[in-house]
Amino acid sequence: MESLDVTKEVIKEEARQEAHHIGDHHHKDPIAAKIGMWLFLFTELLLFGGLFLLYMAYRLQYTKDFVIGGQELNIVLGTINTIILLTSSLTMALSIAAIQRGKKGLSLFYLISTITFGLTFLVIKYFEWTAKFSHGIAPNSPELLSKPNGEIIFYGMYYSMTGLHALHVIIGIIILSFMLFFLLRNKITSKDYIKLENSGLYWHLVDLIWIFLFPLFYLIH
Amino acid sequence: MENEHKEHLIPYGTYLLVWLSLISLTVLTVTIAGIDFGRISLFIALLIAAVKSTLVINYFMHIKYDSLLFKFFLLVALVTLASIFILTATDIFFR
Amino acid sequence: MANGTIAATLENYLEHKSKKGIFAWLLSTDHKRIGILYLVSMVTFFWVGVTLGFLMKLEMLTPGKTIVDAQTYNTFFTLHGVIMIFLFIIPGIPAVFGNFFLPIQIGARDVAFPRLNLFSWYLYIIGGLFAIASLFLQGGPIDTGWTFYVPYSIRTTTNVILPLLGAFILGFSSILTGLNFITTVHRMRAPGMSFFRMPLFVWALYATAWIQVVATPVVGITIVLVVIERVLHVGIFDPALGGDPLLFQHLFWIYSHPAVYIMILPAMGVVSEIIPTFARRTIFGYKVIAFSSLAIALIGYFVWAHHMFTSGMSDTSRMVFSLLTFLVAVPSGVKVFNWVATLYKGSIELRAPLIYVMMFIFLFSIGGLTGLVLGSLATDIHVTDTYFVVAHFHYVMFGGTAIILFAALHYWFPKMFGKMYNEKIAIWATPLIFIGFNMLYFTMFILGYLGMPRRYWSYLPEYQTLHIVSTVGSWILVLGLLLMFGNLIYALFKGKPAESNPWGGVTLEWQIPSPPPVENFEKIPVVDHGPYDFSKINENKNGKS
Repeated sequence: MESLDVTKEVIKEEARQEAHHIGDHHHKDPIAAKIGMWLFLFTELLLFGGLFLLYMAYRLQYTKDFVIGGQELNIVLGTINTIILLTSSLTMALSIAAIQRGKKGLSLFYLISTITFGLTFLVIKYFEWTAKFSHGIAPNSPELLSKPNGEIIFYGMYYSMTGLHALHVIIGIIILSFMLFFLLRNKITSKDYIKLENSGLYWHLVDLIWIFLFPLFYLIH
Repeated sequence: MENEHKEHLIPYGTYLLVWLSLISLTVLTVTIAGIDFGRISLFIALLIAAVKSTLVINYFMHIKYDSLLFKFFLLVALVTLASIFILTATDIFFR
Repeated sequence: MANGTIAATLENYLEHKSKKGIFAWLLSTDHKRIGILYLVSMVTFFWVGVTLGFLMKLEMLTPGKTIVDAQTYNTFFTLHGVIMIFLFIIPGIPAVFGNFFLPIQIGARDVAFPRLNLFSWYLYIIGGLFAIASLFLQGGPIDTGWTFYVPYSIRTTTNVILPLLGAFILGFSSILTGLNFITTVHRMRAPGMSFFRMPLFVWALYATAWIQVVATPVVGITIVLVVIERVLHVGIFDPALGGDPLLFQHLFWIYSHPAVYIMILPAMGVVSEIIPTFARRTIFGYKVIAFSSLAIALIGYFVWAHHMFTSGMSDTSRMVFSLLTFLVAVPSGVKVFNWVATLYKGSIELRAPLIYVMMFIFLFSIGGLTGLVLGSLATDIHVTDTYFVVAHFHYVMFGGTAIILFAALHYWFPKMFGKMYNEKIAIWATPLIFIGFNMLYFTMFILGYLGMPRRYWSYLPEYQTLHIVSTVGSWILVLGLLLMFGNLIYALFKGKPAESNPWGGVTLEWQIPSPPPVENFEKIPVVDHGPYDFSKINENKNGKS
């Protein structure tokens, strides 16, 4: 039984070696690329995991201050941003679906939409942060330092978590812009779209993080 | 080795449906945030977030259609994450 | 390339004709060359660390000032820790021998992502430079200890940020290596190389790689948060702003305890390679050892807070973590028993690599057993933060990982460089290392038990006798190390050419020439038996040669 398996694999291997002459070890393996990407996503997950752990501990310690802090955030902007990011995830998925079917134009359209949504998210985030700053609530500002410890920590968590998330959105937009370029140059095609697929995975992860950040900061009552 | 790279083509409609569910869940979570359920409010909010992420992971990230290997990988990562939360909780909840 | 493929394939990786000069090395994506790059840089960092350690012991020769003042001593122990841990032991075996031998042992031509692999090395170098640069910049070198505990690391005026960023970058390098290895093991195995035909070194690296991927990011974010808090004064850990420094310790050890297994698991993998080769028989309990690697990786994740027994965390937590800590001893014990069982009734050939392994088993057992003293709540409180702890982790890390790194170096040196070293000198270095090591560190167990706190620059006069023994031990140890490395470096230039299989090993790396060809294998091998099948090889030998 086992030797049969081996023979089968030998045949497969011989076919592979014919296709790629010896010496070319840079043959493409989309599954390997995808495994690599998922593993990378896990590191991102654990990275934010550390922050969520801190959040859990501090929310337990400063429950009341977190409620006060949460109510000071703009729930409307938060909700709009959630919807924007969810929609950008949709267009991202559609962009991949389009290129799978060989529709380059459609794929381009969806990719550009994704990038646009990402930028919109950042603009809104920017207004949210600057509004807070103009009220004197910035790290180390006298206004913030005069508040109780729990609120200082609330804003500490708020700024570091949403800040790190925003950084990921920025990185995502940069990656997607490269993908746009590759798509235009036909480096991404219906036969070889693993780059776009992996970028998509990254973008969805950024969305996933926000799905949790949103209720934890904006919806505390 | 694992199955070769064979993509399952997901219809556009499925994506649209998933997106609609995500938006509705968002509206739902914002709406009920106004209502005071006491201690379980947080739990409900997290539950909805968990449902939303399951949708994103399964459909947008294709885990549902990927080989067992990827599902297993995801399980490892999630178990790890859960363990550090539970074990840290043994400290902060009992201090 | 298409013409003369065979010739190019058989050419060895060290003398690749079209690729000579320093840039051919610095830009090489060949996993073997990258392994050598790591080896060279790591050994360099190792000697920086040794020098710092040597000076520390010299300082402890007398109470009060011997050669340096207290502040300098603080920076010495910090940098000694940072360099030895982040630059030497954590990348250690996986980065050098993992890179070099993992692809060969599973019958592949390279790792899954060769360019990423080279990138990891650059990150490693950049991170290392960051860590060391703090020495020469204004503000002075970091003095927090390698654990970077808050709130001191937020408040000290020394250069904390650079080494922190260095550690972050090194973490990233480690993550990418882990990611690369996992993917390689899943996608690049030769036909017939099922998971249960993989050498145990590969299993160990695979388990390690998982820890690297899922644990390292946690310390990454922790470090970033400290930097953010220092630079922007965002309230996160600082108790003055309502932060909880204990949470830093949790996050730090969530990585740094599993990191201990990043250090030791690959070493255990090397032991599982060397023992069968020199006992001339298959390993006892192959699957059990393979699974125990995974078990250690898993349980190792659940025990971090035993570093915090006296920090003020909850009693519930202390009991849970103490209990879980004892569980780690089970898979570790399983491994030791299996190694001994393999040696039993084997036809043992006492060559240099095996002698280093013997030394490992002895020193690591002491390290492991004294770990139980520290894992148990009541006894830990007596010896915590004393020299006992210092002695314990040097027995485990130095006596464990570093000694095995030397064993691996002696085991694979002929394969990597195609040269044979003087085995007599290699063996003569071992008693020096062994005696020096035990004089240096065993006295620390006693000092710690008597109450000598760690990281102190001065001490009470009654401790001096033991400190002198310890310092003299450090001289003997360094002498042994110099002899060992000198012997290898001499062999590098003047050694006799090595055969392709000097030890009679049966894993795949011994079936190819020394040094290996550029593409490792002329033709990808087909595997039809387990990794330590000596009977099979003896049969084949007649046919092949």
